[in-house]
Amino acid sequence: MKRRQFVQTVSSASVLGAMGFVSGCATGSGDKGPKVVIIGGGYGGATTAKYIRMWSDYGIAVTLVEPNATFISCPISNLVLGGSKSMSDITTPYDNLSSRHGVKMVRDMVTSIDPDKRTVKLAGGSELAYDRLILSPGVDFMWETLPGMSKPGAQDKVLHSWKAGPQTVALRKQLEAMPDGGVYAMAIPLAPYRCPPGPYERACQIASYFSKAKPKSKVLILDANDDVTSKGPLFKKAWSERYKNIVEYRPKHALTDVDAASNTLKFEFNDSIKADVLNVIPPMRAGDIAVKTGLATANKRWCEVDFLTFESKAAPNIHVLGDSIQIAPAMPKSGHMANQHGKTCAAAVVALLTGKSPNAMPIYNNTCYSFVSEEDVIHVASVHQYDAAKKTMVTVAGSGGVSSAANELEGRYAMSWARNIWADTLA
Amino acid sequence: MNIWFKTSAGIALLSLCAWSLAADPLQVRSMAAACASCHGTAGIALSGMESLAGQPKDDLLKKMLDFKSGKKPATIMHQLSKGYSDEQLEQLAGYFAALKK
Repeated sequence: MKRRQFVQTVSSASVLGAMGFVSGCATGSGDKGPKVVIIGGGYGGATTAKYIRMWSDYGIAVTLVEPNATFISCPISNLVLGGSKSMSDITTPYDNLSSRHGVKMVRDMVTSIDPDKRTVKLAGGSELAYDRLILSPGVDFMWETLPGMSKPGAQDKVLHSWKAGPQTVALRKQLEAMPDGGVYAMAIPLAPYRCPPGPYERACQIASYFSKAKPKSKVLILDANDDVTSKGPLFKKAWSERYKNIVEYRPKHALTDVDAASNTLKFEFNDSIKADVLNVIPPMRAGDIAVKTGLATANKRWCEVDFLTFESKAAPNIHVLGDSIQIAPAMPKSGHMANQHGKTCAAAVVALLTGKSPNAMPIYNNTCYSFVSEEDVIHVASVHQYDAAKKTMVTVAGSGGVSSAANELEGRYAMSWARNIWADTLA
Repeated sequence: MNIWFKTSAGIALLSLCAWSLAADPLQVRSMAAACASCHGTAGIALSGMESLAGQPKDDLLKKMLDFKSGKKPATIMHQLSKGYSDEQLEQLAGYFAALKK
């Protein structure tokens, strides 16, 4: 009998816990207990890793595969573009996941998944076996929708900066090098995309920088959507009151191509636009590894999951969470939401691997702060609970809402939120 | 005999009610973990956010009910607390009260 079959048999008999299979083994793992492999160390994957270890009393071995050396937060990264925060402010090491929680960190990329053999192959050549696999690979970009972006050098010149890291630094440099009186133009894709209010916060942060350092400059927002997709009245108020001669918002601008050589954006129905600094946020889909494994069953873009367990509807024993999933109604693709997915998935995976039933009634929340200046912040919040009849998450009637106005108190809460969620995810 | 039978049946019924009302501890743990994103893993927060671990249950419940009714002003908790039933808020208060500070 192979070990995996044995685990399954034991699980179904619900005696795993009684056998002391999942027992206190502070640093891990060995070959005795069930094995979980997690792909992606962002808000979703890192949270899942930590909580599986905690909630299995350190009895389930967790390996987290992540190519980056450190965690760099997308939330707050717009403040690096605005100049009020630095890269070190948004960077957290992964050390605590291994030293405190016994997560095995593997700095590598997964190149392929074999759902039948239950193994993943790493770019470095090795192979990992799993009982349950969890994918939290974030988003990848649909470059095929913008042919000019495939020309040599185009992606080095026209940045997305939609994954915090080197592109955050590079875009900040472009903004610093731009002469006063120049135009920064940002293209926003049709929803759904990662972080609905993110582009509008970015416009505020760059406008804030221009207002101090180069006040004759412009921020031009070219949005494929019919209107601002999140916190609309509050963002528009900030633009008209704080950045009146700097920010210009143009909806219904569906980008069709980019000519990086001449810094030109081309649109379906509107005239082309040239600007000094282009920032193209391309249409996006589930991370490449999820698409490649055949998990992106919704429009070939997003991964459908069972919201009780985050198990893929396309492949058993594989869970997908975070930005890669086909969202439930009114559920944003946010770091906070990925952290919440992570805990729901962690609880379900621990239950499944120890022969118990997953929680039948998940309830969790989203909290999202946007900085409209260096200090003042607006939020949107929502509570989501499982609807057994609809088999999806729905917002709880009467809950949630937005700030009444931008304010400094929420600016302090926003930074505290960041410190706390980084610790909850990684420490 | 008859009285004894009725009484024991009553007790059995009462305990059945108590059983059905009692929340599944793992379900409450998951519900509470959603709060941890801001209020810290196991209710212990870093600076600038309130720690919930080890606070008296009655204080926690009163705060959340007052957020929910609008009696206690808030930036965000009045909106989040409305997503939970009074029974769920009581379960959360009990859970955090039982955690170590």
